Amino acid sequence: VSGAGTDSDPVQRALDQALRAGADAADALLVASDSVEARVRGEEIDFVSEARGHTLGIRALVAGSGGYRSAITSTSDLATDAVDRMAREAVALAHATAVDPAAGLPDGGFADECPELALFNAADRDVGVEARIQDAITAERAARATDPRIRNSEGSQIGSGFSRVCYGNTAGFVGSYDTASHSLFSEPLAAQNGSMQRDYWMTLAHRLADLEDAAAVGRRAAERALRRLGSRPIPTCEAAVIFDPVTAPSLLGHIAACVNGYSIYRESSYLAGRLGEMVASECVHVIDDGRRPGGLGSKPFDGEGLPTRRNVVIDRGRLSCYLLDSYSGRKLGLASTGNAARGAGGPPSVAPTNLWLEPGDADLDDLVASTQRGLLVTELIGMGFNAVTGDYSRGAAGLWIEGGEIAYPVDEITIAGNLADMLATIDAVGSDLLWLGRIASPSLRVARMTIAGT
Amino acid sequence: MSESKAYAGDDALAFFEDRFGLGDAELAIALDTALERHIDYADLFFEYTTADSVMLEEGIVKTGDRHVEQGVGVRAQAGERQGYAHSDDVTVASVKLAAASARAISQEGSAGGSALVATAAPGARDLYPVAIPPTEVPVARKVELLEAIDVYARSLDPRVKQVMASSLSQHRRVLVVGSDGTRSADVRPLVRLNVQVIAAAAGGVRREVGYQGMGGRFEFERLLDPSQWRPLVEEAVRIAVLNLDSVPCPAGTMNVVLGPGWPGILLHEAIGHGLEGDFNRKQTSAFSDKLGRRVAAPGITVVDDGTLAGRRGSLNVDDEGCPTQRTLLIEDGILVGYLQDRLNARLMGMQPTGNGRRESYAHLPMPRMTNTFMLAGEDDPEDILGSVENGLYAVSFGGGQVDITSGKFVFSASEAYRIEGGRIGAPVKGATLIGNGPDVLTRVSRIGNDLELDRGVGTCGKNGQSVPVGVGLPTVRIDGLTVGGTGA
Repeated sequence: VSGAGTDSDPVQRALDQALRAGADAADALLVASDSVEARVRGEEIDFVSEARGHTLGIRALVAGSGGYRSAITSTSDLATDAVDRMAREAVALAHATAVDPAAGLPDGGFADECPELALFNAADRDVGVEARIQDAITAERAARATDPRIRNSEGSQIGSGFSRVCYGNTAGFVGSYDTASHSLFSEPLAAQNGSMQRDYWMTLAHRLADLEDAAAVGRRAAERALRRLGSRPIPTCEAAVIFDPVTAPSLLGHIAACVNGYSIYRESSYLAGRLGEMVASECVHVIDDGRRPGGLGSKPFDGEGLPTRRNVVIDRGRLSCYLLDSYSGRKLGLASTGNAARGAGGPPSVAPTNLWLEPGDADLDDLVASTQRGLLVTELIGMGFNAVTGDYSRGAAGLWIEGGEIAYPVDEITIAGNLADMLATIDAVGSDLLWLGRIASPSLRVARMTIAGT
Repeated sequence: MSESKAYAGDDALAFFEDRFGLGDAELAIALDTALERHIDYADLFFEYTTADSVMLEEGIVKTGDRHVEQGVGVRAQAGERQGYAHSDDVTVASVKLAAASARAISQEGSAGGSALVATAAPGARDLYPVAIPPTEVPVARKVELLEAIDVYARSLDPRVKQVMASSLSQHRRVLVVGSDGTRSADVRPLVRLNVQVIAAAAGGVRREVGYQGMGGRFEFERLLDPSQWRPLVEEAVRIAVLNLDSVPCPAGTMNVVLGPGWPGILLHEAIGHGLEGDFNRKQTSAFSDKLGRRVAAPGITVVDDGTLAGRRGSLNVDDEGCPTQRTLLIEDGILVGYLQDRLNARLMGMQPTGNGRRESYAHLPMPRMTNTFMLAGEDDPEDILGSVENGLYAVSFGGGQVDITSGKFVFSASEAYRIEGGRIGAPVKGATLIGNGPDVLTRVSRIGNDLELDRGVGTCGKNGQSVPVGVGLPTVRIDGLTVGGTGA
């Protein structure tokens, strides 16, 4: 794809050595990165941390009767003798595994062009850590200046990281790209009458220029913490539940887990076998697009060298595709959707790239105003989702809505339902799509859930 | 103070010197570089880790992997500030470079003074001696184990449709060299076996999952013993099949009985995190300023103990070179201690408790738990269940989370039952428990005599760092806990 340069040398060497050691096919991934993180708390720097590292992963495929045996090795030691040894070990380890008819490299169709995805701005490398720390100081001061009840914090943290990803395989593909990630996160504490509440706000982007204003991040974090003061549980009831753009993406994450090709062929998802069926209300339109410019999950090719692309996952409520790599695709008799994710230390797996729910027309205020009685969820805790059954039960905090208006803050409650029912009863989708990560959503309202409290 | 003990670490000391050429002179130079400005404390953390894992599904072992990770982290502390730099390039030059980065945290000039590198003392204890490192056990034997597990799981019940099993082996060598003369090395084996089963109702569409795992810092050989792995498989199958008949969990406030062992995750979430030194120094914990105050019912004593032989959460020395210990957190209901690392202990005028831990050389240490559990009481578990007219009996959990500041915690049951008339009733699904940390243990009305530790599967996440931990609990009754579910 793009100029491979010297970064491809360890990759090429790993491939050559794997073949020499007896592999019939192989691929290799090299990720080299350097980063800095710092946190400011009050007027003091809490920590500054700098990192530099690289990891090479090698997958060896050894042909057997009707398939391949496979294994992976990885090392952060890129000396040629270490690379050679890890390549040989990958082949030796593969011999200990079983022949898998679905294993193997993709059958072709590798990425052959490199679209400009705005993953990196070279000039950002020249911005020193001092300037980034100044962002954290600005956010921290803004948070604390918002209200006298903000007197403490967990701090404001910045991060800047630059990575170069190089992937190659013995089918002849080799490609690399640069990507960067910059972030600012602020987490103030509000205190009143002896009780404390925290909350956060953050901004995350490939390019520094795309970050939200630092003072605005601090203020928004403070406002979120302040509105939680005086939170209390509510009596157990059934009511409408609105998820805001901070909590709604978790539902998209659950959808992603349930349309993951591995969960489908294992039948460990309640959505297995439901392709083409209505699985959500008509206002649910979910898209995964690995080539969204500036998207936090964007990349020119996936973890197997296949081009990333746009996939409509749920089309006006109808399940229109699973997310697949070549392995899970073969298991299901389908083509890869370009969703192979890959870390240097593991085999390809499936992950969404940029996954979002298409926004509707109403803003969050409209959603609240049209809710007679319900809960606006602003934070979820715990891991109460079961992809096999769709059962959902999580700890929540937020704001109680009475007569279309915010009444008071609530916490120490749970919200429960089944994802199938929740998706089918989404009756409003907001216009406020917000990218705080690779998975994003506007506000949305589920008509009815069980809320457990006092 | 100065720690200069080497435990299991004699081999590790020789290893680092041999592999990277890092002898006393080289280490002293690196530390001196870090100390060129006004620095209260500086340390070097070296790591060399090998790991492997094997994974089975659909009746075959589809893949295996093997990893080598090495690196060094250099830290400098000045007041509340910490500078850290790490690299996977372990050479004298890169260590010096990292030290220069780390010391930039201090704005002040040289305070002079050079690092004292103590000589290692002979080993005092080894909580996890292994004759053969787990990563040296041939992969073929791990493959055979997983295949035997698959066959056994399917033989137990025809409703078993999927079996996923995996083994993980890790062999980690670490060396900590501190500017106060600390020089500690450790060799840490860690093994784990996971079994997940999906069962489907005969002729029905309903599918449920059952999981069970075990592990710790011991020989991989133990996992190969059928008397160890068979009960694990039986449990995973039993839970999956049981959940096929589960009913929706009732929602609301009720009396809850927690079974022994893994439900100790309650202590980890509700209490343990809130007692970590960093949150208390910063006054951001719901437990801040509660030392000496009642935070639990009389009779409740909670400890964190990193010195239990072979346990997943145990360490000979923590990741700052301090020996682990048994730390009393709550004594007869009164809060008596925090979990400390070096930085927070120094700033709070307390002693380190051997709880300074990090995920790897690429991470700054923080106060973290080791094995956290409640000591046994005197009640018969049967009597405790019998004392509840209507409520919930929770035996196993998936995971939990806490908001340190508000104290609110949540955890999700993977095996739970209704209690009806003092007896165990129908299994329920999707039960989530939520409560308030400083309050929940004051509601404990009965404490069982049956303390158990978990099977060695806990992993704790904090600020993006994962470390292995253990938990334990006797059967306890908690009055008036909020239970989340969808049932009536």
